[in-house]
Amino acid sequence: MSYELAFEVERGDFETAGGASRKIKKTLQQLGISSKIIRKVSIAGYEGEMNLAIHSWGGTILLEVAETEIILTIQDSGPGIPDLHLAMTEGWSTAGVEARRMGFGAGMGLPNMDRNADHFEIESKVGNGTKILMKFFL
Amino acid sequence: MKLSRVQELLEAVVLSGESHLDDEVLTGFGCDLMSDVLCFAREDAVLLTGLINKQVLNTVDMANMNSIVFVRNKMPSEDVIKMAQEMNLLVMSTKYILFEACGMLYANGLKGAHLR
Ligand SMILES: Nc1ncnc2c1ncn2[C@@H]1O[C@H](COP(=O)(O)OP(=O)(O)OP(=O)(O)O)[C@@H](O)[C@H]1O
Ligand SMILES: [Mg+2]
Repeated sequence: MSYELAFEVERGDFETAGGASRKIKKTLQQLGISSKIIRKVSIAGYEGEMNLAIHSWGGTILLEVAETEIILTIQDSGPGIPDLHLAMTEGWSTAGVEARRMGFGAGMGLPNMDRNADHFEIESKVGNGTKILMKFFL
Repeated sequence: MKLSRVQELLEAVVLSGESHLDDEVLTGFGCDLMSDVLCFAREDAVLLTGLINKQVLNTVDMANMNSIVFVRNKMPSEDVIKMAQEMNLLVMSTKYILFEACGMLYANGLKGAHLR
């Protein structure tokens, strides 16, 4: 059994951002996944979704639910992250005024995604964009 | 403590999710940084915050927290209240500042909802 769901996230759309994560949470609840795992996927997915809305030019979230794992792939086509080591450091942020006014820009998102996922991979290239792959073992 | 007691102590106005006033809450978290909430807060806690936008609702939903108290008399827009009603989430607003609201709940037995 395998289940797939894809979402688009628009740049700068702070009104509807979070909608994909809410749907992902509902879907996982309907599939009977344990609430402990749902919380991890929801938090990591939502941080990724907000990063797409705040920092990227827009991107996609793909949810895959397989027999033994849940996979979240979050990718965008720019602008990319110049220094991944810095970006993964707690407290480091380039978030602008608008994002900060919404309560974002603590520089905690990426490290928190890494902490919640059982497997976390990030690739980024300026000019190409960013791709994050997270696995959660069932 | 029951969430109805939280409402009473803070003299809060209930904006949505009234049916949850009978639910229990053991811990609280006071913060305006949503990623810090997602990082440090335990589930089933009440979030006290001065931010009143939709992302506060999403944050509480994703982190499985059970209710929100807006402090300093902040009133969210109709849109935000409608979204909270659709999510069936208990949301209240109090005249007290964050420090006072947290202090009153703590003095009455609520513990900090920290994970780390
Ligand atoms: N998809 C992305 N595209 C471009 N840059 C990104 C992307 N995601 C993250 N970044 C960069 O990495 C930094 C750190 O991201 P992280 O999510 O950890 O913190 P933040 O979004 O700034 O604040 P927080 O997540 O705490 O609200 C960002 O400030 C931004 O510079
Ligand atoms: Mg972020």
